[in-house]
Amino acid sequence: MIRLDTISWRFFKVWKRNLVTYQKIWKVSFITPLLEPMLFILAFGLGFSGIIDAVSYAGADFSYTQFMAPALIAVAVMYNAFFETTYASFVRMYYQKTFDGMLATPLSLEEIIIAEIVWSATKATAAAAIMMTVLGVLGFVDFPAGLLILPTALLGGLAFGAVGLFFTGVTPSIEMFNLPIFLFITPMFLFSGTFFPVSNLPAWARPLALAFPLHHLVEMVRGFGLGAHETSSLLSLAYLVVFSVVFTLAALAAMRRRLIK
Amino acid sequence: MTGGHTPRLAFGSGNGRYVEHIIQVENLYKRFGKVTAVDGVSFSVAKGEFFGLLGPNGAGKTSTIRMLYGFSPPSAGVIRVFGINIEDGWREVKARIGVCHQENTLDPDLSVVQNLHIFAGYFSVPPDEARNRAEELLEFFALSHKKHAKVAELSGGMARRLILARALINRPDLLVLDEPTTGLDPQSRHQLWDKLDALKRSGITVVITTHYMEEAAQLCDRLVIVDHGKILVEGSPESLIAEHAGRHVIEVEGPDESLRKFVVDRNIAHEDLEHRLILYTSEDASINDTIREKFCMDKCTFRNGTLEDVFLRLTGRELRE
Repeated sequence: MIRLDTISWRFFKVWKRNLVTYQKIWKVSFITPLLEPMLFILAFGLGFSGIIDAVSYAGADFSYTQFMAPALIAVAVMYNAFFETTYASFVRMYYQKTFDGMLATPLSLEEIIIAEIVWSATKATAAAAIMMTVLGVLGFVDFPAGLLILPTALLGGLAFGAVGLFFTGVTPSIEMFNLPIFLFITPMFLFSGTFFPVSNLPAWARPLALAFPLHHLVEMVRGFGLGAHETSSLLSLAYLVVFSVVFTLAALAAMRRRLIK
Repeated sequence: MTGGHTPRLAFGSGNGRYVEHIIQVENLYKRFGKVTAVDGVSFSVAKGEFFGLLGPNGAGKTSTIRMLYGFSPPSAGVIRVFGINIEDGWREVKARIGVCHQENTLDPDLSVVQNLHIFAGYFSVPPDEARNRAEELLEFFALSHKKHAKVAELSGGMARRLILARALINRPDLLVLDEPTTGLDPQSRHQLWDKLDALKRSGITVVITTHYMEEAAQLCDRLVIVDHGKILVEGSPESLIAEHAGRHVIEVEGPDESLRKFVVDRNIAHEDLEHRLILYTSEDASINDTIREKFCMDKCTFRNGTLEDVFLRLTGRELRE
């Protein structure tokens, strides 16, 4: 059962709770998005130099690091949001009984769910902002168009946060998250046009890549950061909005089934 | 009540005499698949009452309590809290209830005082007010020195006190306590009882579940004993003891056949545990004297009836679960 009548602005209070706990560890949380892009750029820049001259993408040639840099942001958005609403939310829900405590207050379950998803998107956007700044300083992001990466990251965060929370609603145990990670996240990480253009794939495999939400996030971020993209931004936007809505509803239904007994 | 009892206070407002009911439960059912956890329970709790819900494990106590504070929807029946049907007015009801869970639901990611502040936010208590209340509650529950400690650093007793403090942060009109002292050492338990006693005097209404009969006898104005989802009896601890255990109880170790015959002949209420005979002799002095003189060869204990006697007589001695 999906209930929408129980959702109000109160979800913001749960969001704030997560922000307060995040503030305690923000220094640690900031290290990854700060250093990771530099590490990748360094590794691929050095390692692939001389092997790959240029990547042919959307009718133009780019250096490999130029091509790959925006994808790093999209991948970080995916991992931040997805891991937040899988492992972290599961720990709060199952081990810490945080949701049980909240449900003894005027909060509704739906507000807690929405807050978890919005929080994961917030965290993902914060990571994207740091990476965008680092990559911008290194010259891999065009400004001011690149600033549109931030709302894009928020939308991508909502999409991956929602699908993550859906898995949390149906997983029997925390170990079982390995399954969606192996079957869903990892293939997406590899085949979404992150490390090579989707147009490089054989014709039969291309539609599969187009079905991945990460592909659309990568395309949008690349569109704003690099000024080039292969998939229509409007299509990607529509895909991510629909994906977010569908999995938010699925998460609401799964969590209600799981927690309200 | 179930089992032919008439409710002491009629539901609705038809009957002239006005008693403010904080809780009215009518014909409540909770089913989990084929299992009926709560099987047609009705009771009411008046304002300022300390009301106990006792029963063995799996009797339906926690299921009932979870429905009371709007955590779990009833399969059938009506719950009114503060006169509000909880199904429609759950948010309003929950805003005026404080819940102390059986499990530790404190937020381990937050410090002691943050637990209170953040929880106050869930009730939309303004931050300044929340800070004042948190100070007050930490003081009352002797936790001020742990204000900035991590929740994981608290002892069992301190964690319980913090859960109780958190349950009071919204200044509730009704406090729901689900086994508040389970797992505590005697010192912590007595300290918690003192605090609960002080709260009781402040006029708050309390619903409590517990496995400690001593606790229920000491704290509750009125209680029900439930088993298999149904209410078995209802009344004050004293009246239940008088009715179901009698004031005098004799425990005879290693009873012989002549005593067994005597007990049956005289029609004395008793329980035969083979190696031990428990006699509920109430105030019949002649019987007590006879037993003392004739049958106490080995070891006899003369004691007052307790709520534990009532509980065991009504729910049986076999293990649950």
